[in-house]
Amino acid sequence: MFRRLPEIVQRVVTITVDGQRVAAQEGDSVAAALLAAGLTPTRLTPVSGAPRAPYCMMGVCFECIVTIDGVANRQGCLVPVREAMQVTTIAGRRELAI
Amino acid sequence: MRLDSLRDTFDVAIVGAGSAGLAAAAVTAGAGLATLVVDENAGPGGQIYRAVTTSPVKRRDILGEDYWAGERLVADAVRSGAAMLDATTVWSLDRDLAIGLSRDGSARMITARRVIIATGAQERPFPIPGWTLPGVMTAGGVQTMLKASGLVPAGETVIAGTGPLLWLLASQLVRAGVAIAAILDTTPRAAYLKAAPHAAGFVLSPLFAKGLALRREVAAKVRVIAGVTEIRAAGFGKLASVTYAAGGRQETLPVDNLLLHQGVVPNVNLAMAAGCQHRWDARQLCFVPVLDADGLSSVPGIAIAGDGAGIAGAWAAEERGRLAGVAAVRALAPQASAPDGQAIRQRLARHEAARGFLETLFQPPRQFRVPPSDDTIVCRCEEVTAGTVREAARLGCEGPNQLKAFTRCGMGPCQGRLCGLTVTEIIAETRGLSPEVVGSYRLRPPVKPISLGELARMPASAAAVKAVVR
Amino acid sequence: MAAARGQLAGLGEFDTVVVGGGLVGAAIAYGLGKLGERVAVLDEGDMAVRASRGNFALVWVQSKGLGMPEYADWTVASSDAWAGFAGDLQRETDVDVCFERPGGFMLALSDAEMTGRAETLKRFHNQATGSSYATTLMERAEVQRYLPDIGPEVVGGSFCPLDGHVNSLKLFRALHTALHRQGARYLPGHPVTAIERSGGLFRITTLKGALGAGKVVLAAGNANMHLAPMVGLTAPMRPERGQILVTERVRPFLRHPVVTVRQTDEGTVMIGDSKEEGFDPAGQTLDINAVMANRAVRMFPLLGGANIVRSWRAVRVMTADGFPIYDQSETHPGAFVVTCHSGVTLAAAHALTLAPMIHAGMLEHDQVATFSARRFDVQKAA
Repeated sequence: MFRRLPEIVQRVVTITVDGQRVAAQEGDSVAAALLAAGLTPTRLTPVSGAPRAPYCMMGVCFECIVTIDGVANRQGCLVPVREAMQVTTIAGRRELAI
Repeated sequence: MRLDSLRDTFDVAIVGAGSAGLAAAAVTAGAGLATLVVDENAGPGGQIYRAVTTSPVKRRDILGEDYWAGERLVADAVRSGAAMLDATTVWSLDRDLAIGLSRDGSARMITARRVIIATGAQERPFPIPGWTLPGVMTAGGVQTMLKASGLVPAGETVIAGTGPLLWLLASQLVRAGVAIAAILDTTPRAAYLKAAPHAAGFVLSPLFAKGLALRREVAAKVRVIAGVTEIRAAGFGKLASVTYAAGGRQETLPVDNLLLHQGVVPNVNLAMAAGCQHRWDARQLCFVPVLDADGLSSVPGIAIAGDGAGIAGAWAAEERGRLAGVAAVRALAPQASAPDGQAIRQRLARHEAARGFLETLFQPPRQFRVPPSDDTIVCRCEEVTAGTVREAARLGCEGPNQLKAFTRCGMGPCQGRLCGLTVTEIIAETRGLSPEVVGSYRLRPPVKPISLGELARMPASAAAVKAVVR
Repeated sequence: MAAARGQLAGLGEFDTVVVGGGLVGAAIAYGLGKLGERVAVLDEGDMAVRASRGNFALVWVQSKGLGMPEYADWTVASSDAWAGFAGDLQRETDVDVCFERPGGFMLALSDAEMTGRAETLKRFHNQATGSSYATTLMERAEVQRYLPDIGPEVVGGSFCPLDGHVNSLKLFRALHTALHRQGARYLPGHPVTAIERSGGLFRITTLKGALGAGKVVLAAGNANMHLAPMVGLTAPMRPERGQILVTERVRPFLRHPVVTVRQTDEGTVMIGDSKEEGFDPAGQTLDINAVMANRAVRMFPLLGGANIVRSWRAVRVMTADGFPIYDQSETHPGAFVVTCHSGVTLAAAHALTLAPMIHAGMLEHDQVATFSARRFDVQKAA
């Protein structure tokens, strides 16, 4: 669970997560936006379906992988949110699509 | 800057825009060498100065002046004329100094006459039961959320582990108004005695007074439990509680956020994949590159600077970056002007004076490096437990590479970043070998995932085609 | 000499010492163990070049034995025995090696490739062979019924119903687990420096001590080249580098292995394969990876978005002509050389057919005579 410091000037960026509209802040990474919105777990593992959420926030652990604008298994902590971005969480093994 | 508009070749390519990378860039670009700085983040600063140019946190006292000093480093690098390429992954580096870059779904190669690897450090793995539950994060990760997004933990928050960063983060959170339920300090009481012989060096360094003040500030407002010897996180599908043991008693605390930290270790994947020789450091308890006095590795033309060369903190990283930059200038443009190496080494020595004390005091206890309970996950990606690793070691696995074959441990996307050190130490302990002999995962590019499509679209030589189509 | 021997630690006496703990050595040791032999397996260290960790895990029949029909027969026999072998291993170790034989493909990405394939198949059919296995040429439309996701550039291919694949790392683990349960002694980090024979017994000297054995089997892959002369045999090898790309786990889409693209039981996709002369697995040739990636994406365009999480380079065990070498020594009776490229495909034959021959002390003439290294002398003389 996370909250935004009150002094932060609001600059809302609206993204969609699993079809649901979520208000993020300009400058957030996708992973930070998911954590701020309380949307955990952010994935289920391909090995056992175990629930996971971002752990290191610096591109080392790969727990934060999500599908962003149709591209699967992107590290959410390295991608800044953009207006109208479509994020889908991944449950298990990813789909392949042309 | 678009990837395909980038030049094919640079004098100096620097991987990582943190302390060391920025300082090196200012030196080499300042001497007139064509310099490229590449970082996978959306802006310079690395981890310590994460988001220093874009942070929404305006109150300077929350993050502290040491953080804001990063602004100057970035400004110097930019002003010197270095080309800064952000949001770009370096997925490959080889002995010929060919560098594989990937940005926005497209990949290409560039070359350089010299490469400085400044990939810094990562958090040391902290394998406790339940560490994979949503709600458990690294202290560094939470610090990044604060710096880059002004986000702080809400609900019941516990910090656990050892090391200076633990206290720094705690002080930052306290100043930001976060109520921390407890700090579970795993520093063994014996460590203070063990570190005492190094105290003279530490007391003289600027870190001493700072560190002391931080601890006092935090201890005045937060419950600190010292001498913690066991920690388990628990919950169904997400973190709900943490149980600890200290001084013979046990307690369970309800918790929403558990922040773990037991020091940082060099981020070695790119350097190892490039073929740079590494050795086991028995005091830092991790693999560090084998380097000469200028930071040059065992691969000609590749230097390593900053925490990636061995943990020594932000200021030391800057100076080592400068030294690597000076060495590059001497090699590529000996007539050009570069800062005085001796002055840099003197400053470096001052910053490194505290290391003996800090490394001894904050050396993570064995039970948090080698999980005693068999059901603790060691490889998060492939969900391999400590018990499985131990059993494979008993069956005859003498090293991490054979272990990979037996258990898939280390075969996931993180490529051993979160399990490597744990695996080396478990095998060492089980088979009675030294970690140096046990070794580490044999790493190869891509050191970060790259899509088949990106790779497929890269140009190939006739010889390569002949080797495949037959 | 006696004094020098006395200095070395005695590591035990065994019925058979197998030199090499890879898929070939482990399969033979396992087979010997099943027959009640007391076995020791010697291996090198963790960073040793090991084909057992660098293979495509195919149990493959198609394309085997052009120029040596006995090899085609030997391969088919092993493939037919594989399911039983996998079942035995599962019962004995609780490890499921995930063997499947759904039939496999080679795919042609151009008319020229298709014509080349057709010619090779014709030459196969013209060879005399004891068993028949049908590899048929298929036009694109028929291939697509088996492989719905093929790309527009796939012109056709060849299909063999006996082709299959297995999880070779699980196989490796299963064999070593079985050896452990049989009570075999596995000694990693014990490279062999000398093999001597006196009084009907072998003395095998390693860097960490010596072992005694009635029989010794050299199953050390490319290293057999320098070990074989110690027992009066030769094993001409021509090691060959290959590179493989591995993707993240993806949902099942490919049931039939293609010789250069297969999806594992874990969901990862393996992509190969390249062939270069040489013995040094260090480093990587990126543009070879690019060519392999390019072909894979042309075969299955939906793979374009899949991420490569790992790539490795390995050294294939390759004899001078590509066919196995199975030999027994005349100057050192009881010494055998076993080396081949297809350690995965032939694992069943090694465990269930070759090991019993070794146990009996004699390689049966009918089945394996052609695999003797004496064929290289004949070629040289010719």
